[in-house]
Amino acid sequence: MKKIKNIYIFLVLLFLYLPILVLVFFSFNTSKLNIIFSGFTFKWYKELFMNIDLLEAFRNTLIVSITSTIISTVIGTISAIGLKKFDFKGKKIINEILYIPIVIPEIVLGIALLSIFTLTKIELGFFTLILSHISFSIPFVIISVKGILESINPNLELSCADLGANSWQTFFYITLPMLMPGIKSGAMLAFTLSLDDVIISYFTAGPHSNTLPLKIYSMIKGGISPDVNALTTLMLLVTCFILFISTYIQIKNMKTGSDTYE
Amino acid sequence: MKKKLLILPVILYSIFLIICPLIYILILSFLKSDSYGGVIFTLTLENYKELFDFVYIKIFLKSFVIALVTTLFSILISYPFCIFLSSKKKIVKDIIMTLVIIPFLTNSLIRTYGVIILLRKEGIINNILMSLNIINNPLKLMYNNFGIIMGMTYTLLPFMILPLFASVDKIDKNLYSAASDLGANKLKIFKEIILPLSIPGLFNGSLMVFIPCIGFFFIADLLGGGKLMLLGNLIKNQFLTARNWPFGASISIVLIIVTFILVSIYKKLGGKMEDLGGM
Repeated sequence: MKKIKNIYIFLVLLFLYLPILVLVFFSFNTSKLNIIFSGFTFKWYKELFMNIDLLEAFRNTLIVSITSTIISTVIGTISAIGLKKFDFKGKKIINEILYIPIVIPEIVLGIALLSIFTLTKIELGFFTLILSHISFSIPFVIISVKGILESINPNLELSCADLGANSWQTFFYITLPMLMPGIKSGAMLAFTLSLDDVIISYFTAGPHSNTLPLKIYSMIKGGISPDVNALTTLMLLVTCFILFISTYIQIKNMKTGSDTYE
Repeated sequence: MKKKLLILPVILYSIFLIICPLIYILILSFLKSDSYGGVIFTLTLENYKELFDFVYIKIFLKSFVIALVTTLFSILISYPFCIFLSSKKKIVKDIIMTLVIIPFLTNSLIRTYGVIILLRKEGIINNILMSLNIINNPLKLMYNNFGIIMGMTYTLLPFMILPLFASVDKIDKNLYSAASDLGANKLKIFKEIILPLSIPGLFNGSLMVFIPCIGFFFIADLLGGGKLMLLGNLIKNQFLTARNWPFGASISIVLIIVTFILVSIYKKLGGKMEDLGGM
């Protein structure tokens, strides 16, 4: 029975990894067809680095993801604190609204943003792309930071104020450092979501701001070619790298004793 | 610190980037489109009436059936996985769950591309089966419903495993031994203990699989070969190709309503909003 259990777990993992492994494997294949492995080569990677369109799409993706991550992390953190500390009319409604981008199908948010940009005559491009990435990232940052806020002992901030610190000092020396794990994991999530987004970008990017996922989409539609494999292998490496760093941060946090592991 | 300044960003954000766009979609769904892809500001119910056309009802039904089958597949794959894994040591659980999350963090297009390489006519699976002489002619594994369902299940499986495992793992293992001491067999333990206690996780996962399924136009595009239209593709086409925005908006409103119904069922069953979203 134990054997069957292990085999089953292994098979599910295999199901999850097979398509990815196949991609990586064939990115080193000399033959152009992803069918039989005919020899080892770095040729597709070389080709990749000479593809100007692709490099530009990659640059665009980095600009959009980094900018939107920074902005949504700042806004998300401020909002989480504001929502936790202050009561105001409509707070409950705002809390509910924040879940909308998480639960509604991405395509609905995509066309809603496209429509409002068109209505307000904002030209589609980097600006709208960044704005729409911010709009689906902020709730994830808020939830991530809020989780940590719940576990902070409010007396710490009070005693800090009793000892004569002003509210800025309390914030920068007490609140912010304690929130850091939540802020980091929120930012990490915002960054990966932004890096991965196809659907919302598809509607809000406009003709002159191609991102990498959009470029990959058109490449796959155009037919199978190993330089896509090479590209995806590189992107996988980036994702694993990000994951490695975030795991490292979590382990470090656990060692320092704060129970912020999610 | 000024209190108002702290809550101002989230209020502005909710209003301008969530509420306004969605309300505009609602308004748009009651307007007419002109022949140049623009919008005429006269109120009409035409777009909603058009939804009852047989062609569109078929697309609705098909999208829901595909989403439902995908959800069922994910449940069938995930339940044994979660139950088996929950009996392992903590370190093994942590490692395996990290392994489940990695594909979830990689680009979904990339993974779909991997599925294409496996499933297409001259793909790996057909190649292996043919070289082993199990089949003589390549099987048609994609450009049909099967391909779409495989692609969707593959892409969304982690969304099911994560919440379901969280639920199953919380169940006190002593309950299993108590039940089997009292003579319950494995099936009975599942039915009487595991299933009722993991309902929130099960419904959370189902929600996170079912809803995106309806909107994932690119999977239907790439694995369905463009012939098989689902709701996501229909909305996309109305906005980008046919340029009938009001009609596209009315379909989106239906999707929003379906989403809200599902979420309120989830809440009724005792699910918490902050558990949604996979992470």
